Amino acid sequence: MKNFSGSVLFLDRSDINTDEIIPAKYLTENSKIDLGPFVLEDLKLEGFDPQRDVAKAQVIVTRNNFGCGSSREHAVWVFEVNDINVVIAEGFARIFRQNMFNCGMLAIELPAPDIDAIFALGTDVAIAVDVENEKLSAAGGGNTLELSLHLNSFDKDLVRAGGWLAYADQKY
Amino acid sequence: MGKTITEKIFASHQRDIPSEENMVLDLDVVMCHEITTPIAINDLVERNLDRVFDPDKIKVVIDHVTPSKDSKTALQAKILRDWAFRNSITDFFDIGKNGVCHALFPEKGFVRPGYTIIMGDSHTCTHGAFGAFAAGVGTTDLEVGILKGVCSFRLPQSMKINIEGTLPEGVFAKDVILYIVKELTVNGATNKVMEFWGEVVDAMDMESRMTLCNMAIEAGGTCGVCMPDRVTAEYLWPFIKDQYTTIDAAVAEFETLHSDADADYTDELTFNVSDLIPQATYGFKPDEVKSVVELEGTPVDQVYIGSCTNGRISDLREAAAVLKGKTLAVGVRGILAPATPLVYATAMEEGLIKIFMDAGFCVTNPTCGACLGMSNGVLAKGEVCASTTNRNFNGRMGKGGMVHLMSPRSAAAAGIKGCITDHREL
Ligand code: SF4
Repeated sequence: MKNFSGSVLFLDRSDINTDEIIPAKYLTENSKIDLGPFVLEDLKLEGFDPQRDVAKAQVIVTRNNFGCGSSREHAVWVFEVNDINVVIAEGFARIFRQNMFNCGMLAIELPAPDIDAIFALGTDVAIAVDVENEKLSAAGGGNTLELSLHLNSFDKDLVRAGGWLAYADQKY
Repeated sequence: MGKTITEKIFASHQRDIPSEENMVLDLDVVMCHEITTPIAINDLVERNLDRVFDPDKIKVVIDHVTPSKDSKTALQAKILRDWAFRNSITDFFDIGKNGVCHALFPEKGFVRPGYTIIMGDSHTCTHGAFGAFAAGVGTTDLEVGILKGVCSFRLPQSMKINIEGTLPEGVFAKDVILYIVKELTVNGATNKVMEFWGEVVDAMDMESRMTLCNMAIEAGGTCGVCMPDRVTAEYLWPFIKDQYTTIDAAVAEFETLHSDADADYTDELTFNVSDLIPQATYGFKPDEVKSVVELEGTPVDQVYIGSCTNGRISDLREAAAVLKGKTLAVGVRGILAPATPLVYATAMEEGLIKIFMDAGFCVTNPTCGACLGMSNGVLAKGEVCASTTNRNFNGRMGKGGMVHLMSPRSAAAAGIKGCITDHREL
């Protein structure tokens, strides 16, 4: 399994789309690693500088409907190659969410109050996810939150297998 | 409890139930284009799994950037082309025969009621217009689809959208779906299939139904679906005439797929469109929609007519009706990209291409082009485009550019006036 803990990058907006995560003009790259520098390039958020802020983070915490728009899995790979394997949100667009688990990564849905509570910890927050026990802890500003989360058994199997291709190649 | 059309399709295609919440389906068609497929191909080759589950069920097109514009897009096309040949995929469409996937594949008869279809493209929902379950997926799902002919989905939930009344003159499926996306918001149908019902849908031709279903994803919907009926059967007749004795027989079979009256829906909504006026987007999200009357006077630099939403022959006819005998306003660039070679050829025969050219339009070959800001009409920073496409995201048609989505008639009218306007007043 991949690493599912580290520093948090907060993206305080709903409906962040995959064009903002990786603009279409970079879809001509045929290797995942080449996408790396362009992560979140078109996302306009106050005080957010993708070059500076993504490098420090391993976990993203955001609001609702993250990853809407185009089906491009590039939006997942661009996080993967930047060592971000977890996105935590109130909700995800269907295709983005499936792409995350298909790559053995985590798209974790938490209720709005839990997301609010993580945001309230401050700007310097670290999160550790325990997949097997369906828990996460978030620490920041001298406080620690212990939250439970739901992962469906199939999604967990995909994470354990390292993705859908490995799972499907074995089973079908 | 009755079943929805999607539940019926899931039941008849069930391969596996890997958890309480998921089903793995057998696929009838896997569609591929050159932007999202090459990485899947490279990965399969690397893993020593360079094969396909069934070459006849895989449909391939180079459409997003064609002819290739640089070395990178040429390589993407080459990877796809070489792979199609070495895997004996005969339904492969290259330059000269290619067109925008969601316009080309229905035209070739590849989509049938009751089918399961995936493609590495979010607007795959378009094909639900035929009563199929058609969903956009990422590259890994596509890769498994190519290799194994299966795809996993969470169990479907459906919402029922009744479109009632009569569509006024000059108001189109595009206006209806923009209005519905506005009402639902970009998240309103996430993880749901949007079933379109009602007298307005019944009266629509297949091209309008495709426009309607095309933008289901803009409300987050997994797929847009229309119940397959006589209109569907007549459109498909050249492809299915060996399977059925009569059109009536086809219609009768299609009807067995229809959602049952007592099927379970998460939501049921009714829109009466009798008073609807032309709509357009104003912001960077497809649910930011106003009437063209409210947006009247917004200046535009470019008009783009094309795409899987509105690049079909009926769309060109509508735009040409506005453009006939008129010219683009000074300073406005017009680009027409007929969605397929057949659309192009038909438009030529009908004299439509001449009307566009006389109005000052540049006519490009069939391609996605400027729709996703990769070629053929990318905007400069600060420029504005009146477009018949489906996405107005920040940067979509070029960094710093702005897109207003609207119907072909509205876009043509904006070109003539140089600003957004009510085409019915022209
Ligand atoms: S026309 Fe635009 S929306 Fe349609 S498939 Fe091409 S890029 Fe995607």
